[in-house]
Amino acid sequence: MKEEIIMAGFGGQGVMSLGRLLTYAGMKEGDEVSWMPSYGPEMRGGTANCTVIISSKQIPSPLSSQPDAIIVMNLPSLDKFAPCVKRGGAILLNSSLINKEVDRDDVKIIKVPANQIANELGNTKVANMVMLGAYLAHKRIVKLETVKAALQDVFPARRHNLIPINQQALDRGVALLN
Amino acid sequence: MAEKVLMKGNEAIAEAAIKAGCRYFFGYPITPQNELPEYMSRRLPEVGGVFLQAESEVAASNMVYGAAGAGARVLTSSSSPGISLKMEGISYIAGAELPAVIVNIMRGGPGLGGIQSSQADYFQATKGGGHGDFRLCVLAPSTVQEAVDLTMEAFEIADRYRNPVMVLGDGIIGQMMEPVQFNKEIDPADLPKKEWATDGARGRPRNIINSLALDPQDLENHNLVLKAKYEQMKEQEVRYATYLLDDADRAIVAYGTTARIATSAIEMAREQGIRVGLIRPISLFPFPEKVIAEAANRLDSFLTVEMSLGQMVEDVRLAVNGKKPVFFYGRTAGMVPSPEEILEQIILMGGGGE
Amino acid sequence: MKLLAGYPEALTEKPFHYCPGCLHGIVHRLLAEVMDELEIREDTIGIAPVGCSVLAYQYFNIDMHEASHGRAPAVATGVKRVHPDKVVFTYQGDGDLASIGTAEIVHAANRGEKITTIFINNAIYGMTGGQMAPTTLPEQKTTTSPYGRDLDLAGHPIKMSEMLSVLDGSIFIARVSVHDPKHIREAKKMIKKAFLLQLAGKGFTLVEVLSTCPTNWGISPLAAIDWLKENMLPVYPLGVLKGGEID
Repeated sequence: MKEEIIMAGFGGQGVMSLGRLLTYAGMKEGDEVSWMPSYGPEMRGGTANCTVIISSKQIPSPLSSQPDAIIVMNLPSLDKFAPCVKRGGAILLNSSLINKEVDRDDVKIIKVPANQIANELGNTKVANMVMLGAYLAHKRIVKLETVKAALQDVFPARRHNLIPINQQALDRGVALLN
Repeated sequence: MAEKVLMKGNEAIAEAAIKAGCRYFFGYPITPQNELPEYMSRRLPEVGGVFLQAESEVAASNMVYGAAGAGARVLTSSSSPGISLKMEGISYIAGAELPAVIVNIMRGGPGLGGIQSSQADYFQATKGGGHGDFRLCVLAPSTVQEAVDLTMEAFEIADRYRNPVMVLGDGIIGQMMEPVQFNKEIDPADLPKKEWATDGARGRPRNIINSLALDPQDLENHNLVLKAKYEQMKEQEVRYATYLLDDADRAIVAYGTTARIATSAIEMAREQGIRVGLIRPISLFPFPEKVIAEAANRLDSFLTVEMSLGQMVEDVRLAVNGKKPVFFYGRTAGMVPSPEEILEQIILMGGGGE
Repeated sequence: MKLLAGYPEALTEKPFHYCPGCLHGIVHRLLAEVMDELEIREDTIGIAPVGCSVLAYQYFNIDMHEASHGRAPAVATGVKRVHPDKVVFTYQGDGDLASIGTAEIVHAANRGEKITTIFINNAIYGMTGGQMAPTTLPEQKTTTSPYGRDLDLAGHPIKMSEMLSVLDGSIFIARVSVHDPKHIREAKKMIKKAFLLQLAGKGFTLVEVLSTCPTNWGISPLAAIDWLKENMLPVYPLGVLKGGEID
């Protein structure tokens, strides 16, 4: 088993923490994991991205030129990463902000109205968790329970009040595909 | 075994230094290593240590020189342009035979260059870097765990040889997160006392920390003492790893993150039936020349891959010593070679290369 | 029987290499006497960077750390942070402190590093052979100002003590001279006070000492004393610039 995922979006859409949460959950399940962020001027607004690799074997390159999946939160990210997704891979896109059709027929396209669902839950910021839930329903690379439990460790104590709404967002994302 | 934690390379190196008994850090901000001093500024006060943000890299390296002379385990970190400035202090530290650990999280150059990952400081790190006839022991991790392990070892090597040791990582090593374990923790109080340190000449003859010798014969003698240490390092501190080398007919030589990307390329090549292996230098000085020289008796060709336009390849060629062709492939200035690009080169080298 | 004078324990027996008429020897002796009187010889670490005093480590019978040009305050910072209970001083010339080492001295003072700096100002680079220093006086001839220091070209004599005294981290800044016995006694008092304040853990202390360089000024030792009095004192007035009231 080896899964390479790139997640990308505007700064503030939570793609980095989405990646960290997934990486942490992979580690908790005993997998080999790596998380590589983009860094530099991209941190100050614009598009941020990170690459997460979860594998049953030692991870050679921590970078991914042909990801198995991308989770994209905005249009510039879709344009940037859609062409490199592996044939047979998946594109999970935030359909609340992206209404462009993807010009590929060799990958699975999963449209997730992440902002809309997050708003229904009462906090736009959990859109990233809706995306993660949808991704986990697409490919159960780690267990949903592990991710939910990981929130406890990854969130600082002062943010623990936000764990329930993040867990609901994960569930809503999962439900979309089931 | 300690519990696994997920950490950024920069932060993991910082924690490893603390676990190695380091309680003093002097630095100056520069991307992409800022998480390291930031982490130290939080953690060192918790363990009774001192974090000090210096007015410049030049000052920081001289504070390290002072603290090392005073007998402490001390760390500084920077990235390429900052390391150039720190070379003043580093040369003095080497000349005065003091132990210190320097971390360079390399970025693209020359000049201000860029902030993306690079390996273009290989020459600077391994050939002395500052003025005078000196060498650093240089350790190049390729995973965050290895960055932790080598940082802890760096302090031991520095103390053993009374010589500065550099942990040479690229921007990717500094920025990425991987699980790490800290299996050892040293209390600085348990470290042996450094009898040569300047801590006040109480009841003993005075100690002098110095790199000045105006008589050229004295200075040559001093340089020969330094050289003997470097020779001893060559005997005792060579570190490397190999991958799929036993049945290989050709090998890639690469270090740091590039070695991991090369591993991906090797796996792709193996699927095509190409018998390629990897030699990964972990200590860049002392350079693992013996393993390469031995491999040159057996293999048909070598390919050095670097995030530079060809620096380590010179050491590989010296080790191969004309016995077999040594090819080079590099991307630089923050561009990272892809496994596909390297695969192409692996195929080319089999056909006789350039 | 009371010993009225003797050879300070804090000096080695090595003869000074300084030129005839150079006043470094006097300042070395004052420092050594202060260390002996305060009984801190075994608790003091001295830092000597590049300049005529680069060999000071041969003369002070204490732990010494030689530093690169201008960086003594940074090296002292490293030493003092490791040994906060020890006394740490730097011994720097004007080229060292006022030119190449301005960043280090300003920031050490501003951080309130608990060290003492002895700053020897003789208005010229001595060791390298008499080049213009930042403290060189207007019209003063040196090997790199052969027509006299031109203020338009080379700027003004820099007043480091005045600059450092406005920083919040400095607690005691004094300018003294060693051109006659009266001033030598006053200089010793100031050096002692600086060390006492360091021992009390108060903050950054500096004593600037006006001195001569007969060799590079190109005049006799006696004429050099007169030259200091006539030319340097008006530009670099003596006195306590900061912290006179502290005990």
